[in-house]
Amino acid sequence: MNLGQVLIVMPAMNEAEVIPATIAEVQRVIPGANILVIDDGSDDETSALARDAGVEVLRLPFNLGVGAAMRLGFQYAANHGYPVMVQLDSDGQHDPADVPRLVEGLGEADVVIGARFAGVGEYRARGPRMWAMRVLSQLLSRVVRTKLTDTTSGFKAHGPRAIDVFKVDFPAEYLGDTVEALVIGHRAGLTFAQCPVAMRERAGGTPSQNGLRSAVYLVRAMLAMLLALLRVRVK
Amino acid sequence: MSLIPYLFGVGVALVMLTVIIVMLLRRSLRERHALWWLVIGILALIAALFPPVLDGTARFFGISLPITLVMFLGIFVLFLVSVQHSSELTKLEEQTRILAEQHALLEAKVARLSGPEAGTHSSQTEA
Repeated sequence: MNLGQVLIVMPAMNEAEVIPATIAEVQRVIPGANILVIDDGSDDETSALARDAGVEVLRLPFNLGVGAAMRLGFQYAANHGYPVMVQLDSDGQHDPADVPRLVEGLGEADVVIGARFAGVGEYRARGPRMWAMRVLSQLLSRVVRTKLTDTTSGFKAHGPRAIDVFKVDFPAEYLGDTVEALVIGHRAGLTFAQCPVAMRERAGGTPSQNGLRSAVYLVRAMLAMLLALLRVRVK
Repeated sequence: MSLIPYLFGVGVALVMLTVIIVMLLRRSLRERHALWWLVIGILALIAALFPPVLDGTARFFGISLPITLVMFLGIFVLFLVSVQHSSELTKLEEQTRILAEQHALLEAKVARLSGPEAGTHSSQTEA
């Protein structure tokens, strides 16, 4: 697959500190990459810095959430005829060197998820949060009938069928961009696959390890999944 | 309690819940807007199915007539929903304002870039 046909979408909210380095790394590792930064209402220099780095920038006039930013990315990909769109975090957590492998996986599936906990890398999440995520992954694996170990990963490659589905229907609510998107995609007939990746430590803090918060997170995720399963499909 | 009032109470609670759930599934309601209605619908269903629960709760709060508790809770939930709506409206108004500003700036930019021969004075005059 010619990487010139791949659009790399980087949603960003107040990532002025790290985004120039992330963009530079992508450009270095994947020369000729088509990069689109979607600024989700940042009040810092994110957009200006991204433009200075020579990449295309779409700037939402106010914060709408990563789901809204991604749907915009899907629309852009569809409008410009990109057959493949890869979502990549702006904070440097995702390694651009993994992109060709994810794209390669699109030969067998409509969406390839770059997954942690699939045997590669140093990423560690311990305690209640880890348990909650594992339960969630097992539930979702059963729903989409594919083994998934990381259902909250924002590192994904989408093929043309997936772009077509998500440009119209991509949830903006909490957990919508991960849990619900999987269910929506599954109900639209998309197939999923996983590809192990190593994720690097986030520049900011680590996610909450609190037992109560993890339980609330799991309940919300299950409700989101249930709703997505029962909802009427967007035409 | 005799059968008819009992069934009436359960029926009304079920209708409430059904309406909210159907609207949620049809995407007519976003999750955060449905939350309080679901809460009150479930409470109504519990109270309708098990009147002693309502009586007991009323007594616990020192309220002599259980129906008073129903009224009070109903008004309180409506208050919460109204406040939530006011807050959402405030946020939407600010967003609309920002969109209008950006639209005005973009329109001027487009007009400048299109050059004098393509100029129109306002979007209303465009065919």
